[in-house]
Amino acid sequence: MNYKEHKSEPFWWGMFSQGGVIAALLIPIHIFLGGIAVHLGLIDAELMSHERLTDLLQNPLVKLYLCVLLIFPLYHAAHRIRFTLAEIGLHSLAKILPVLCYGGALLGTAVVLYILWILL
Amino acid sequence: MSDLRTIKITVLRYRPEEEDAPTEQTYEVEFRDDWVVLDALNHIKDHIDGTLSFRWSCRMGVCGSCGMMVNGEPKLTCAAMLRDYYPNEVRVEPLVNFPIVRDLVIDMTDFMDKLKAVKPWIIREEEKPVSEGEYLQTPDQLKDYKQFSQCINCMLCYAACPVYGLEHDFVGPAAIALGHRYNLDSRDEGNQQRQHVIASKEGIWECTYVGECSVVCPKHVDPAEAIQQTKVATTTNRFKSLVMPWGNKK
Repeated sequence: MNYKEHKSEPFWWGMFSQGGVIAALLIPIHIFLGGIAVHLGLIDAELMSHERLTDLLQNPLVKLYLCVLLIFPLYHAAHRIRFTLAEIGLHSLAKILPVLCYGGALLGTAVVLYILWILL
Repeated sequence: MSDLRTIKITVLRYRPEEEDAPTEQTYEVEFRDDWVVLDALNHIKDHIDGTLSFRWSCRMGVCGSCGMMVNGEPKLTCAAMLRDYYPNEVRVEPLVNFPIVRDLVIDMTDFMDKLKAVKPWIIREEEKPVSEGEYLQTPDQLKDYKQFSQCINCMLCYAACPVYGLEHDFVGPAAIALGHRYNLDSRDEGNQQRQHVIASKEGIWECTYVGECSVVCPKHVDPAEAIQQTKVATTTNRFKSLVMPWGNKK
């Protein structure tokens, strides 16, 4: 067997790993704040109103935060889906799966950037 | 003896000169409370059926020879107490994910090749002469790798690993953990010579962190942790070399 160090895999795994941390730590907080706390009356609904959140988005730091929150988990999902599909039997597609999965994440990245920095 | 009980042991048989596919055979074995599955196999071989083949040596969890599937789980048969299975039947099969040579004996060539590929020995750029004495190491430096040095090459982790089951090229848990053990050793300078194997497509990146290798490991080596640590270190070094290409790549 001729082994060769894989040069791109650390990058994708690094994105997967960071995305996992963000998905596990930050996304539940957002689900709690927006999806549960407001409806239970734990926080004032006014704080999460559309106008207030739209105003917040004018701050580039908030945009940057949303980029991190939305983009990294895309790579986490892409990596997971890639390996899951290969392991459930699509092994013959092993060469094309990374292109499709990470390509999807890259496309998602472009969509997030477009919405946050151009549309809003 | 009043403490004798009888247990059914079903063993996978494969005699390539007689049959095309494996079959199974059931034996009834009288056992004592302190008997393990390996004692039952030795009893069968000595008193019931001398044709049964299996590997064993030390009987005390050190040699790593007697790994087999016991009721579907990879186990050292010298550490699997019969009383824990009684009154149910015990099924003994060769370790899965390996070709069978005969009965419970598997062909370990693939593992041996992979083990050799990670160079599990201390590599020095230059050996110092014996007259200069030993390579000294502090207890803290020993602690860094000691856990990973406990591997007895029993291959239970390969039988437990679903990735190895699907991808036979995967370097696998024990070989990577042992490569990692030497990379962590303060006396070793062979990291670069192992990196192209350990960080290859067939190496750490194939692992999806199922963790079964660490669950079945009889020596608590935690190969999944070794692979995870290597992924983090390799990724950190890769990003560092992208940001600071002039940095020392060692």
